[in-house]
Amino acid sequence: MRIIEPERITHAVATMCVHACRVLPADVRTALERALAEETHPAGRAILSQLVDNYRLAEEQGLPLCQDTGLAVFFVEMGADVHVPGGIRAAIEAGVRQGYDEGLLRKSACHPLTRCNTGDNTPAIIHLEHVPGDGLRIAFMAKGGGSENMSRVTMLAPAQGWEGVRRFVVERVAEAGPNPCPPVVVGVGIGGTFELAARLAKQALLRTLDDTHPDPTIAALEAELLHDINALGIGPMGLGGRTTALGVKIALHPCHIASLPVAVNIQCHSARHEEVRL
Amino acid sequence: MAEYHLHTPLNEETARMLRAGDLVLLSGTIYTARDAAHKRLMELLHRGEPLPFPLEGAVLYYVGPTPAPPGRPIGSAGPTTSYRMDAYAPQLYALGVRATIGKGRRNQAVRDALAHYGGVYFGATGGAGALLSRCITNAQVIAFEDLGPEAVRQLEVHEFPVLVINDSVGGELYVQPDRAAARIG
Repeated sequence: MRIIEPERITHAVATMCVHACRVLPADVRTALERALAEETHPAGRAILSQLVDNYRLAEEQGLPLCQDTGLAVFFVEMGADVHVPGGIRAAIEAGVRQGYDEGLLRKSACHPLTRCNTGDNTPAIIHLEHVPGDGLRIAFMAKGGGSENMSRVTMLAPAQGWEGVRRFVVERVAEAGPNPCPPVVVGVGIGGTFELAARLAKQALLRTLDDTHPDPTIAALEAELLHDINALGIGPMGLGGRTTALGVKIALHPCHIASLPVAVNIQCHSARHEEVRL
Repeated sequence: MAEYHLHTPLNEETARMLRAGDLVLLSGTIYTARDAAHKRLMELLHRGEPLPFPLEGAVLYYVGPTPAPPGRPIGSAGPTTSYRMDAYAPQLYALGVRATIGKGRRNQAVRDALAHYGGVYFGATGGAGALLSRCITNAQVIAFEDLGPEAVRQLEVHEFPVLVINDSVGGELYVQPDRAAARIG
């Protein structure tokens, strides 16, 4: 049994929350810069240029990239031989509290009905998975509300197949239009159950933009969706152009013979995520 | 598409002159309000009590900023999605608000209110909160402090860049998605 002190996790999480909200990941920067080089629509170009200026300024000044520093979402892979005294969830929550306070990040968590702010951006949304071994991997995503609001789950009939999935995903991005801060990243969960499809869609957003799905068939479907989404012409901030999405990431899971669950989780261009291994 | 340097408060004539696509560099005083603050403002109106700022000619900015770092007036401060305030906006335009700043589409009732009362809907660049904060020279919480990031703030802005998204003659800057090209038409 390997013991990991909770203070170590708390410190790592706090550091990660602050850094992720200030420094855009390298793959997202590259994607934005490439989009700027390739975008021909003047209004779309102007927006992309501001986004590049924004991430440079945020890093240089230590400011959050966006005022919506999100709900703190975690995907945790915890080795079965790891023990965290007091529990992994408590250690992560303490890191969120510390990071959002010290990093001057916005606390956006509130009671769903009274709308009363919890004051410290907890509870975090923690997806915990036990894996063999004695490692601990914590992936963090600062998930903004604007893009999250444009996300959807549906239960298609199996007969609708890939064409049904394709139409649902592209139509969702079309309907979302300028609202989720395009250019977006589109996470697609296909299969599983109602709730697992949504989780898969979110988890898919943790992949880097420059990776290729290991299954060539799925990689081709991702390319097809990206092509169709960009054909919509919504463009940066909905002002027009070829850059509506920077990437599409699909995750699959076997499902019931009666079902074809599909989830679309939209991520804004400020695709802030980071991970730490302890 | 013209470029204007405008100072708040805005009058009806100015608002009616603007057209979708115009770039406006806004200076002067503007007020922040988002979801929870709008609900409170409506409650004050319902009870016939005074609002924390004058509505005539006012510009409302849909934003919940991050806390201000030492030596700066405000943290990151970009727009939030506007449709959530659609339920409140027509009444506020009717009472003299001349412009709102946010991002994303407005519903028909808001677009009708722009035409009826002489108003405008501005878009600021979503996700450019660090950059936009440079145009804010002062910020003071003036109401509902308990709402934290959702409190009403009085901001002083200097050449704050916004685009006219919806104007008073039915114009809209957002493009319609090309569903046929995306094979969903």
